[in-house]
This record gives sequence, C-alpha cells and structure tokens, in this order.
Amino acid sequence: MKTLTTTELLARNRYVTDEEESHITVNQEAAKATGTAERLIRCCPADVYSWAADGTVAVEYAACLECGTCLAVADPGTLSWHYPRGGFGIQFREG
Amino acid sequence: MTEPDFDVIVVGAGVAGSVTALLLARRGLSVAVLERGESPGSKNLSGGILYSRVMEEIFQDFVSQAPVERRIDRNQVCFINQDSWVSLDYRDQRLLEAETAVSVLRGRLDPWLAEQAEAEGAMIMPGVRVDSLLREGDRVVGVKADEDELRARVVVAADGVNSFIARDAGLRERPPLNHLAVGIKALVTLPEATIADRFNLVGDSGAALALVGDCTQGIGGGGFLYTNRDSLSVGVVLRLDDLTERGVRAEDVFQHCLAHPMLAPYLEGGEVSEYGCHLVAEGGAAMRGAIVHDGLVLVGDAAGLTLNTGLTVRGMDLAAGSAIAAAAAIAAAIERDDTSAESLREYERLLGQSFVGRDMETYSKAPGFLETPRLYGDYGNFLADTLRGVFALDATPRQSMLGTARSALRRSPLRIRDVARDAFRAVRSL
Repeated sequence: MKTLTTTELLARNRYVTDEEESHITVNQEAAKATGTAERLIRCCPADVYSWAADGTVAVEYAACLECGTCLAVADPGTLSWHYPRGGFGIQFREG
Repeated sequence: MTEPDFDVIVVGAGVAGSVTALLLARRGLSVAVLERGESPGSKNLSGGILYSRVMEEIFQDFVSQAPVERRIDRNQVCFINQDSWVSLDYRDQRLLEAETAVSVLRGRLDPWLAEQAEAEGAMIMPGVRVDSLLREGDRVVGVKADEDELRARVVVAADGVNSFIARDAGLRERPPLNHLAVGIKALVTLPEATIADRFNLVGDSGAALALVGDCTQGIGGGGFLYTNRDSLSVGVVLRLDDLTERGVRAEDVFQHCLAHPMLAPYLEGGEVSEYGCHLVAEGGAAMRGAIVHDGLVLVGDAAGLTLNTGLTVRGMDLAAGSAIAAAAAIAAAIERDDTSAESLREYERLLGQSFVGRDMETYSKAPGFLETPRLYGDYGNFLADTLRGVFALDATPRQSMLGTARSALRRSPLRIRDVARDAFRAVRSL
C-alpha cells in the first residue's frame, strides 16, 4: 500500500470546521519554557502543532482528531484544549 | 427546587451512554442523551474488537441483529522484530459458535445503539456539547450547554476517556502518562473476497492480530490488525510515557508499523478511507477514582474502565457492563427518591460484583507487568534467534533445543534472572 503523508491521511476524513472559534490555545511562553511545545509537535497524530517561522507553535485546529493526547502530555498551564462546539470538528464516518 | 426536565441526562452517545439510556428508558424513566457529534458515533473510535457476550443481556440475538463486521475465530499474537517475527496463531471453531468477539466500526454500531435507545423512549439530542455541570451547592442537578440549562435527577457522564464532566466534578485527577496511551488507526478498504483470501476466512469469520515489538519501534504498547467485512482496522497503541521520552514522532511510528513486512502484504492494494486516533486509559484498576457523586454517575471510559491484558484489549464490553450496573442503581435511587452519592453508591457495589469489577481486579497487576521494556524487543529477538538455530540448517551440527535457546540467551541482553522473574509475573498478572 502506498505510504500516505499525514496531510493525505487527514484528507480522507470528514470535518465540519468551526470557522469562528478555535478550541485550542497554546500559552507560547510557558509551552516553550517547559518543553511542552516540542512534545505537542511530536505526539499529535494529526500534525495539529508545528513550529512557525517566528519560533512560535502554530495550531492547525481544523485538523484535530479530538483524542486529547496533547492535553495529557502538556504541562499544566501551557495549553487550553477542549472539545469543539457541538456539531463541529471531526465527524468519523467509520470509527 | 426547580422541577427537573428529565429523570436522567446522559452525556455522550457511545456504548456506555446509549446502553445506560436504553435500560433506563426501558424502565419507564424519562431520559435525554446529549451528544456533541453531528450524530451518534461521529466522535467515537475503537480499535474495533467488541467482546459481545454482555450485549446479549441487553439485546436478543445481538450478533445477528446489530451491525457487526465479522465474528472473530482467529486470534494471532506476534512478536515482531525488524526482519523476523514469531507468532502464535490460535483458531477455534468453538469461538465462532460461542460468538464471544466481533469486530465493529463505531460509525455503524453507535447509531444503531442510539436507535435502540430511542425506540425504548430515550430522547437523543445530537450536536449538543455539554459545557459544564449545573450545581446546587455540591450537588449536581443538571448540565449547561450553550446558553441552556437542563435539569435532571441524575446526570450520567458517558463522555469518554477525556471526561471533562469527571474533571469538572473533581472526580478525576490528572492521570500519570504511563496510564495513558494513544491509539492511531487507519481504516483500509479492500474487497471482501480479498480479505477472506488473505486471512484464510470463511463466511463472516474474522481475524484479530495483536503485535508487539518493532511495530512500535520498541515503544510500550503494540500494533493491531482487525478484519472487518470489507476493510481492515490497522494501527498502533503507544504508551505516552514511553512516546514522550523516546523523541520520535507518533505518526512516524504508525507509518513504520504499516510498512513492516509482516503487515504490509495484508494491506497491499488497499485504500485508506479514514484516519483517526483515540486516547486509551491503560492504568487498569489503579486508575479508577470515585465514580459516583451527589446526582452524578460515571460510566464506560469516563469511569476509567478499560483493560489491556496484553492479549485482549477491552473497553466496549466494560462500558456495556458498567451501563447495566449504573442503570439498575439509578432506577433504584430514583424510585427511593434519593439520588445522593450515598444512594447511588449501589452502582459501585453492583459494578464490583459484575464481571467488570472482577476482571478489573483480576488484571490489576497487568499494567505494571506490561511496562517491562524487555517485552518490546528482547523477547521477540530471543524467540527468533532460538527458532533460527532450529531451522537454519547450514550443514553444521545442531544443538538440542535447550542448547540453542541457551546460546540465543547468551547473545541476548536478557538475563536468566529477568526471564524467570518476568515469567513469574506474567503468569500472575495476566
């Protein structure tokens, strides 16, 4: 089977994106100081987190699979993460 | 006190939530199920084996009525090394007849479960995210969702492994990383006949493969491959303490697993139709905190009810089992007109007596044992090296099996003392 990039894998999914509101906020200073930033980037299976050119953590919240791994590996106070508003976000067809 | 809108509000339409709602509605109580997804199942993901016997207590002929994929009669456990693997392949006609395990896709199972609950009179409300609990003093009296407040005599938190309700109620501490794992899964579509050929299946029989070792690049956890009717569920489960320490990317480990020569031929020609992930509670009994509060009960993943025994990974059956116990206790508490924590504690007692409580107890040492790093590399290599000594006949004289094993052990980082201790712990904890 052809190896797909994460972007290609995510493209197979159905999302209903909340254009008005992100459900993820990174506390940039604290995330970098504690090493949380690097953990978020490595552990998220959906590539939601990445280094932006200016050295901050960029958040592609629309790709989120809502597993909660980021919240589990983030030090307290570095990340605000909750579920998207009702009806928004990933909508698994197969599960 | 304001008159409640419902007897019971259930948060989350997964297995635990829909079964609790169904059983309460069947007892004549008014029940609402609030589900944040567009429709039931749309936020839910499982590896996908359901040990389905418990469902027969709720539905007649569950396996023939419910949208299940395949009846599992073939279980394979594989130690995976970089260029070799050793597996135990167990197939049994009796498993097929007993119908104890089926593969499922939550996108099909969960809407069906919610429909059954609805048919019994429960009200399913999709597209509603519960933001917080509604309280009077310390007592839970309902939920807040957007601007609305909904009141109930009892709130059931069936909101999954991340249960924000349990956190909100102060029932859940932040779990340590060694008690959590992330499951990453692709659904790979293939023709039904191809799947039957590749796994040697007949009719709706199915296979479940559990892999350990190089499939996760040695990270605690494992790989899995389950057959559905016309698709495969394939992926990895990675323990978060190991994943964070190892400095690798979760997706790279997932890709590495799918490309392994043991798995790749099964997937050949397949099309990925969906990619998802889900957090798994792996702490077992040690992880479970309080599951009742004044006016509140936790069920399923929200209550920390998952079991990884190394050979079987269970969640959905425990969710259904907890729903049965919770529904009985809640109905009795409402009947007594006392939904305090003290009164709802009947749920804890019923759960403890059920197979759920018993199994959580039986396997309480499993998570500790499964943290043994040797399981994810050294043992697989040792087994392959021993078998190589037996099969790689190169015109040099052979040693006895014991001698071969001994020399393989000498070359391995494993020490006799560790092997003896691990064997003893394995027998006791699994």
